[in-house]
Amino acid sequence: MTPKAEAVTQDSKDEEAINRQETRLALKRFGRKRWNLIPILQKVQARLGYLPREAMVEIAAYLGIPEIDVYGVVTFYNQFRLNPPGKHSIRVCLGTACHMKGGYITLDAWKRRLDINSGETTADREFDLDTVACVGCCTMAPVTVVDNQPEGKVEPTKVDGILLAFELVREAEKKEAKQ
Amino acid sequence: MKTISLKIDGKQITAREGDNLLWVALDNGIYIPNLCAIRDKPEPMAACRLCFVEMSGQTQPVTACTETVTEGMEVNTRGTEALRLARRGFELLMASNRVDCAHCVRSGSCELQKIAHHLGTKLKSKRLRELRRDLPVDNSHPQIRYDPNRCVLCGRCVWVCQEHLKTGALGFAYRGFERVVTTFKDEPLATTRCDQCLKCVEVCPTGALLPKEKARAEARLRA
Repeated sequence: MTPKAEAVTQDSKDEEAINRQETRLALKRFGRKRWNLIPILQKVQARLGYLPREAMVEIAAYLGIPEIDVYGVVTFYNQFRLNPPGKHSIRVCLGTACHMKGGYITLDAWKRRLDINSGETTADREFDLDTVACVGCCTMAPVTVVDNQPEGKVEPTKVDGILLAFELVREAEKKEAKQ
Repeated sequence: MKTISLKIDGKQITAREGDNLLWVALDNGIYIPNLCAIRDKPEPMAACRLCFVEMSGQTQPVTACTETVTEGMEVNTRGTEALRLARRGFELLMASNRVDCAHCVRSGSCELQKIAHHLGTKLKSKRLRELRRDLPVDNSHPQIRYDPNRCVLCGRCVWVCQEHLKTGALGFAYRGFERVVTTFKDEPLATTRCDQCLKCVEVCPTGALLPKEKARAEARLRA
């Protein structure tokens, strides 16, 4: 194993241990009843930002229910995340107006550029991609909400533009850090 | 428990009061289409919408799996309205199912074929656009081949798995059209706590869960 790969595995192991500990702490306030599952999931997600595998395993063991049942609930509700939040959130609107104006094409452009699927986070945890049903500014369709800021008429070329803007900011920050 | 008598399709039947109508009919040789019914389950799922019957005292058809038998009850399992509803439910169910009986080893013992025959419909409706899900087949398990594309989400395997293992390996996940019978984190079946009891394969009404040797025979059929 290369030193870099080793460092990455060590990092993910540390993160897993922290996640487990955080989950156990969150669980303390709840009774071991099945109906506490959703409040527990909400609490754990509030602490960790998402619901990692190890957290779901801990919760299932605590409540004495099958792990798949926890997974079933997590995948059923939109409020639960299976991937860590990225530094920047990308929300592609697929409401009626955005759908008609090619929201799916915009989503595909994001998927291609970030190389992730909807509901996932890039490996460097810079971006997470998801869809929303409607953000209420249909005249600007197709809309993408970037870090809570709605962007209008997001054609694939604009996707490139938005990503380029982030890239420039990052480079400027790097330069500043060097000085 | 009190014994009562009722009539199903004109046939006089005696049953115990409070028994489930669907099982009373099936036990007396009267077939009512069903997929999600599980005898030991206290609460019926009533999800498949196939067991519609017409009943005395009811203006609308009802699902047999959610009814209990009462004295003097008269049930018609072949009512036009009930069959219309069941056919429609079946049509919708099959619109997202990969029908390929020619290459399926369950052809002939498949519950879906039996239901289509009973309802007098085809397996595939021409009216509805086919919405295929194209999910990956799980071939990891040494004894089981799981093809979610042939699954009708009846939940029988989920029930036996959880009954047998207590903390089962199989369960439902995702919502709406994406709903699927799967494992924790969608991991391969081989890596789960499955202890190879193969009860899920026994109860599967379709070719979704097959024992490996049958799956291999099917692969030869396809070749």
